[in-house]
Amino acid sequence: MQRSKRLLAAGLGIVFAGIANAAMAQSEIKIGEINSYSLLPAFTEPYRKGWQLAVEEINAAGGINGKKLVVVSKDDGGKPADAQTAANELVSSENVVMLTGTFLSNIGLAVSDFANQKKVFFLAAEPLTDAITWAKGNRYTFRLRPSNYMQAAMLVEEAAKLPAKRWATIAPNYEYGQSAVAVFKKLMSEKRPDIQWVDEQWPPQGKIDAGPVVQAVAAANPEAILNVTFGADLVKLVREGNTRGLFKDRTVVSFLTGEPEYLDPLKDETPEGWIVTGYPWYSIKTPEHDTFLKAYQAKYNDYPRLGSIVGYETIKSAAAILTKANSTDPEKLIAAAEGLAVPSPFGEIVFRKIDHQSTLGAFVGKTALKDGKGVMVDSVYRKGANYLPSDEEVMKLRPKE
Amino acid sequence: MAFYFVQFLTGLASAASLFLVASGLSIIFGVTRIVNFAHGAFYMLGAYVAFTLTERFSGAIGFWGGIVAAALIVAVIGVLVEMVLLRRIYHAPELFQLLATFGLTLMVEDLVVLIWGPSDLLGRRAPGFKGAVDFFGQNIPSYDLFLIALGPLVLGLLWLLFQRTRWGVLVRAATQDRDMVAALGVNQKWLFTSVFAVGVFLAALGGALQIPRDAVHHAMDLRIIVDVFVVVVIGGLGSIIGAFVAAVLVSELNAFGILVFPKISIILVFLVMAAVLIVRPWGLFGKAEAPARRTPGLTVNPWRPLTSNERLAAIAALLLAAALPLISGNYALTVGSEIAIFVIFAASLHFLMSVGGLASFGHAAYFGLGAYGVAFLAKMAGLPMIPSLLLGPLLGLAGAAIFGFFAVQLSGVYFAMLTLAFAQIVWSVAFQWVSVTGGDNGILGVWPEPWAASPSHFYWLSLGIAALSVAALRVIVFSPFGFALRATRDSPLRGEAIGIDGKRIQWTAFVIAGTVAGIAGALFAYLKGSVFPDNLGISLSVDALVMVLLGGVETVSGAIVGAVVYKALNIWLVSQTDLSKLVLGSFIVLIVVAFPKGIVGILETLRHRRRSDAPKPAVLGIESAE
Repeated sequence: MQRSKRLLAAGLGIVFAGIANAAMAQSEIKIGEINSYSLLPAFTEPYRKGWQLAVEEINAAGGINGKKLVVVSKDDGGKPADAQTAANELVSSENVVMLTGTFLSNIGLAVSDFANQKKVFFLAAEPLTDAITWAKGNRYTFRLRPSNYMQAAMLVEEAAKLPAKRWATIAPNYEYGQSAVAVFKKLMSEKRPDIQWVDEQWPPQGKIDAGPVVQAVAAANPEAILNVTFGADLVKLVREGNTRGLFKDRTVVSFLTGEPEYLDPLKDETPEGWIVTGYPWYSIKTPEHDTFLKAYQAKYNDYPRLGSIVGYETIKSAAAILTKANSTDPEKLIAAAEGLAVPSPFGEIVFRKIDHQSTLGAFVGKTALKDGKGVMVDSVYRKGANYLPSDEEVMKLRPKE
Repeated sequence: MAFYFVQFLTGLASAASLFLVASGLSIIFGVTRIVNFAHGAFYMLGAYVAFTLTERFSGAIGFWGGIVAAALIVAVIGVLVEMVLLRRIYHAPELFQLLATFGLTLMVEDLVVLIWGPSDLLGRRAPGFKGAVDFFGQNIPSYDLFLIALGPLVLGLLWLLFQRTRWGVLVRAATQDRDMVAALGVNQKWLFTSVFAVGVFLAALGGALQIPRDAVHHAMDLRIIVDVFVVVVIGGLGSIIGAFVAAVLVSELNAFGILVFPKISIILVFLVMAAVLIVRPWGLFGKAEAPARRTPGLTVNPWRPLTSNERLAAIAALLLAAALPLISGNYALTVGSEIAIFVIFAASLHFLMSVGGLASFGHAAYFGLGAYGVAFLAKMAGLPMIPSLLLGPLLGLAGAAIFGFFAVQLSGVYFAMLTLAFAQIVWSVAFQWVSVTGGDNGILGVWPEPWAASPSHFYWLSLGIAALSVAALRVIVFSPFGFALRATRDSPLRGEAIGIDGKRIQWTAFVIAGTVAGIAGALFAYLKGSVFPDNLGISLSVDALVMVLLGGVETVSGAIVGAVVYKALNIWLVSQTDLSKLVLGSFIVLIVVAFPKGIVGILETLRHRRRSDAPKPAVLGIESAE
C-alpha cells in the first residue's frame, strides 16, 4: 500500500510540474545538461561556471531567436546508469530540446547510445574516447573537446623530434589510458620506426601505488616516458618521481598535464620541461580569449580552468546550433550542426560533417616552475583540424548509417 | 640486486601506511563487532585536518605536531560518533551498524568538499624527510624509511598496550567473549568508546601521514576502505599481527607483481584474499568464531505466511502500482521500472541474508552477470528479447553455483568478504577483457524490442516479474526447504542433528538468490540499453545491502520497502541537489537511530504491540511487509 501511495504521489507531482512547465515553454528553450558534479568537482565546478557565463551572455544578447535559453543541469554521480536516468528525466519530463555535457568516456557513450535510441540531439562536452565519434559514433551525437587521437597526434608531433629511442609508458588502467597509449604508440612508431617500448605500467585509476611504479619504470631505464595519469594519481606519481629522481635527464610527454585543473595542485613540485597539452590562460593573447577572460574574471573573481572553456563553449555551440536550425526538431538540429562554424575563445571551430567532431584544438607546451607554481611555457595553439586522420580513414572507422 | 632490495623496501613503506589504517579497523571490529564502513572517512578527515594544521603552523614542530593533533581531533570526532550514534544501535541486528557508518561516509564525502573545496590539495613535505637516500645507485625516499620504521613501532606499541595494561586485557577479553566481560561487571560503554577512539586515531594518523606523498582529495576514503577490509580479513579479524603480516604480504606481492604483470594491481588484493580464505577460512592469524549465544536472526515476531486478508491487500497494492501508467508520464514510469528491478534485486539479497543468515557483500556480481548474459545473447548471438531474458540470468546462476560452493564453507564476515572478493574478480574480468566485454566502455545498444519498448509496457513487464519473483521467494521461505534453511541459520548443530545437510541447503539458497539477482540484472540491461562493469561493482552491492537493512533484515519481505524508499529517494535527490550524498547520508543516519530494526521491522513491532494490547487486531494501513 505504502509503495503504491508513494508512486501515486510522485506521479501526481510530475503531472502538475508538467502543466506548470507547459505554460512557460512558449517563451523559452530548454537544454538538458548532465555531468559528474559530485564525483569530479575539481573539474565540473569550473565547467559549471563556464556554461553559466555562456547562458548569461546569450540571454543578454536576446536569447535564441528571441526565446530565453534555460539550461537544466543534472548530476550523474559518475555512473552510466544514473546518467541515463538523468537523460531520461531531462527528455521525458523536462522536455529539453537537446542533451549536452558528460565528462567520463563511458558516461558519454551511454548517453550517446540513449540519444541514438530516443532520437535526441546530444552534444558531448568532455569525454575523450575516440569511440564516441568513430567506432560507436551515431548521427545524433556531436563532440566538442579534442579527442584522444587528436591530443596524441599533437604530442607525437613534438615527441618525434626528441632523440629518445627507449620509451616507457605509465597510464591508468581503463579505456582512456589504454587507448591514449595505443594511439600514441601507433602514431609514434609510424614516424619513428627506430623506437623501442621498454616498459609499461598500468596502475588502477585513482589507486596508484606510486613508489613501486616509479621504481619499476626506472629499472627499465627508458630515455623518455609517456604519462597519461592525471588528478590525484599524477600528484603521487610526480612526488615519488621527484624524490626518486625518475625524471632527471629524462623527457616526459604527458597528456592533459598543462590543464590548470591538474597542473595547479602540483604547486612547487611541478616538474620542469614536460611536454604537455593544456590551457595556459595566463599567456594567451588573442582578442577572443581576452574577452572571455575578462568576462569570466569579472563574474567569478577567479581564473578559468580548461573546464570553464569547455562548459562555456558547449553552451555557446548549442545556442549557435539552435539559432541556425530555428527549430527543435532533432533532424533539423543535426542538419544545422553539420559543418557549422562557431566562434570560440580559441578562435573559430567547425563541427565536422563527416564524424561530428569539432575542430577545437589544444595548447601544446612545456611545464615550468614560476614563483612556486606550475605554468606552461612556449605554448602554441594546435588547431584540431590538423590532427585528424584523412577522410577515407574516418569513413572506415565510423559505422555506416 | 640493489633494485630488488629497494623494491622490497618500497613495498614495506606501502605496507606501513596500509597497516596503520587496518590495525584500527581490526581493533574496532574485534571488540565491538562493528563493520566500520566509515573507517575510510576518518582516514580522509585525518588527511584534511592535518593539511589545514600543517599549512598554518610551519616548521618541524608545526608539522609533526599538526599530524598528531589532526589524529587526536579526528579521534574526538570518532568518540562523538560512537556516543551519539553507534551506542544506540549495538543491539540492533547484525550489520545494522554498517548502515549507520555507510550513511556517515556519504555525509563526510560531501562535507569535505564543502569545507575544503573541490580541488586536490598538496600537503607539505615532512621536515627532515624531504629527500632520498642513495642505495647503490637506487634512490629510496627518506620518508619511506621513516614509514618502514613506524609500522613495526606502532605494532610494538599496540602489542604493549594490549599485553601490559589492564585496558588491553579487557579489550582482549572482550574480543574473545563480549558477554562474559559484561557479566563480570566491566563497563562496556566506556570500553567500546575507548576502543573506537583508538581505532579512529590510528585511521586518522594513517591519513595524516599520507600528506607528504599524496594529494588530499574527497575520494581518498573509497580508495583505501576496501583494501583495508581485505587486509584485515586476510590477517584474521581482531588480530593486529595478522593485519601487519597481511599488509606486508599484499604490498610486496603488488610491488613485485607489477614487474611481471603491470595490470595486476587492480585485482591483486582480492585474488590474495580469495586464495587465503579458501585455504584458511578465518584468515592467516584468526581463530574460529565462538558459537554465537544469541540466535543470529532472532525474530521478535515469528514469521508466518500472509493471511487471506493480507493477500488481498498485497494484490490490491500490486494493482494500484499497475495503474501507474494511467496517471503519470514516461519519466515516472522509467523510474518505476528501475525501482521494480531493484525490488527484485534487494529481495534476492534479503532472501540470502535474512532467511539464509548469509550476508553477501558481493551480490552485485550475479546482478551484473545476468546483465552481461543478456548483452552477450542479444548482441553476439543475436537472440530476440524473450529468450535473452530467460537465458541471460543463467549466467548469474552459473556464477552463483561456482562461487557459492566456496563461499558457503565460511560464515559471518568471512563469508561476506569472500563474496566480495569473487565479485571483484568478476568485475575485473569484465573491466579488463576489452575484446569481449568492451571494458569500461561497456556493451551498448541492448534495447528492448518494440513490443516492450514503450515505458508503460516495460514498466508492466518489470512490475510483473518483480511480483512473481517476490511471490516465488515467499513461497520458498515457507516451504520445507525454507524451514530447513532457517534451521541451519538459527542452529547449525541442531539442524545437522535432525539430518539437514546445512552446506548443501545454503549452497542451494545462494544459487536461488544469485539467479533471482540475475533476473533483475537482465531486466536492468534492457531498461538502460547498455551494460557496464559498474553493474558488478562494489557500490551496487552496498546499495543492495543498504536496501535490505533499511527495510529490516528480520522481516520476511522488508527489502521491498527498503528498495522502494532507497531507490526513489536516491533518484530524486540526485536529480534535485548536488549534495545528494549529504542528504541521503543524513537520512540513513536518522533512520538508523529512529528505526533500529529497519522500516518494516519497526512497523511490525508496533503492530505486534498493538495487537497484544487490544484483543481485536487493529487495522493499520501498512501491509508493506507482504
